[in-house]
Amino acid sequence: MMNEDLLQRDDRPIYGLMAEFDTPTGVVNAARQAHDAGYRQMDAFSPFPIHELTEAVGAKKTRLPLLIFLGGLAGCIGGFLMQAYMMAVDYPLIIGGRPLVSIPSYIPVTFECTVLLAATTAVVGMIVLNGLPRPYHPVFNVPRFELASRNRFFLLIESTDPKFDRDETKLFLRSLNSREVSDVDY
Amino acid sequence: MSEVHTHDVHAAHRTAADFAASLEVGRLQTLALIAAVVGIALTLLGAFLDIEQFFHSYLIGFVFWTGVSAGCLAILMIQHLAGGAWGVVIRRVLEAASSPLTLLVMLLLFIPVVIGAPFLYEWTHRDAVQANQFLQWKAPYLNLPFFIGRTILYFAIFGALSYFLNVWSNQQDNDPANGYIYERQMRTLSGPGLVLFALTTTFASVDWVMSLDPEWYSTIFGILFMGGWGLSALAFVIAVSVFLAQRRPMNDILAPAHFHDLGKLLLAFVMLWAYFSFSQLLIIWSGNLPEEIPWYLRRYSGGWQVVSIALIVFHFALPFLLLLSRDLKRHARTLGAVALFVLLMRMVDVVWLIAPEAHRGHGAPSYVGHLNPVAILFGFAALIGIGGVWLALFAWQLRRRPLMPLGDPLLEKALHHGHHHH
Repeated sequence: MMNEDLLQRDDRPIYGLMAEFDTPTGVVNAARQAHDAGYRQMDAFSPFPIHELTEAVGAKKTRLPLLIFLGGLAGCIGGFLMQAYMMAVDYPLIIGGRPLVSIPSYIPVTFECTVLLAATTAVVGMIVLNGLPRPYHPVFNVPRFELASRNRFFLLIESTDPKFDRDETKLFLRSLNSREVSDVDY
Repeated sequence: MSEVHTHDVHAAHRTAADFAASLEVGRLQTLALIAAVVGIALTLLGAFLDIEQFFHSYLIGFVFWTGVSAGCLAILMIQHLAGGAWGVVIRRVLEAASSPLTLLVMLLLFIPVVIGAPFLYEWTHRDAVQANQFLQWKAPYLNLPFFIGRTILYFAIFGALSYFLNVWSNQQDNDPANGYIYERQMRTLSGPGLVLFALTTTFASVDWVMSLDPEWYSTIFGILFMGGWGLSALAFVIAVSVFLAQRRPMNDILAPAHFHDLGKLLLAFVMLWAYFSFSQLLIIWSGNLPEEIPWYLRRYSGGWQVVSIALIVFHFALPFLLLLSRDLKRHARTLGAVALFVLLMRMVDVVWLIAPEAHRGHGAPSYVGHLNPVAILFGFAALIGIGGVWLALFAWQLRRRPLMPLGDPLLEKALHHGHHHH
């Protein structure tokens, strides 16, 4: 059964379809059902973090922890070698009668370099992997979307999803007790 | 956020029967008693081979297991102060491990240390003290009557804190409607209690371990013990929780989210231990003073350097790298294996702190340490012997009460932590 307005749509390509919910429970349940129905290219928006929502939309594991580890490792090795080069090669200086490469005295700086590079990788990596900075995003074309930072919850299914069909997906989103389903224009 | 899972919070009143310990905890008690008999027999065998070695081995066992109790008491007080689901699910384990009865038995187990004091502590020898000006100056503190009195005071402080926390916890179980009143009492005690714990642990570490070399001192020594005891306790609690999570009733309660939290704490404590240990090493190594450095020279000669390096690699580096993994922390059995490994390394650390001080020879140049495999073997025999007694007491205390605190205001929240969708 097709609704009237579905048949009257224009043929412009859209970014996706966005459903609005009143409660966090609503959006979490909807995300789970969408995931069960086979949708993968989706995202959800909430005024506050909802742990279950991340799982419900089937968010993929991020590569960020691995990058941070590698950043820390580079800081650790780099920090140590930097000191060894300075103290033993570039400007050899005997301190307290100890060998030029004295590991215990290198540990604090090595540790600090590890933390510095790991933390920097975390911040920069998060920004880059999130695709930021991003001056324009289609979701803001939905007028009511600004409520996502106040008291509404949104579920977005992107048109790039292999299972996406403008009519069927719209009917599906409506069947999930959503308040409203809107087209997200490019 | 709470709206998401209000539907599965059933307000049903939970009873003690819902959280009764399984029969396996009783079997653990029997096994522990067998270990106690075997361990103590082996330790006593060591006494006939080498009496000085015997008392050092015994001190290793005593200090380690007292540390697990004291560490559990400290974590118990931290969880009362900080709150959170992670604390509610391990509270009964913490209470059982630091029960007043356990502490009383540990105090009785201190008697052999007093008997062995002449073999352990140079400052108990009148002639050694008279020949050494430093020991004369320290005599008002380092003398046997005061030493015994202080140890009784340490156990009195630990015991009193543990007594009130356990009694109020029982009352809370019997009166869940007023659970928050008892929770407030326990929180109020825990603040000053942690300050007392820090002071008591500092003095205890100086008395029992640092004074093995009466001329040596390290101002971070007490903090090293606080971190070490906390780590021992946490590793033990995680191992027990994994054991309980395989069985009813805790298999329905303990979820990956709980183990994730406990795993993060374990990682933090592993780093803390490394941080404190390295701080002491860096300062003493930099100063290189004749009255400080021999302690490290003993641990960097005669074979002990192997143990020293092993501590860096296996007490810090390996657990640190493993615990970075989120998946590992959320997988109960693997986390349990890492916790048991950390517990083993904690024992090696206590052996490393105490055993190199044996056979120093009174008055002889004191940096000739010898790694004696027999010494380590008997050290572990004592760890198993005293550990068996300790573990039997623990299992007995754990079985006496429901495995979850029935009256804890955070009980429902803790039960649903990680059980959001069913």
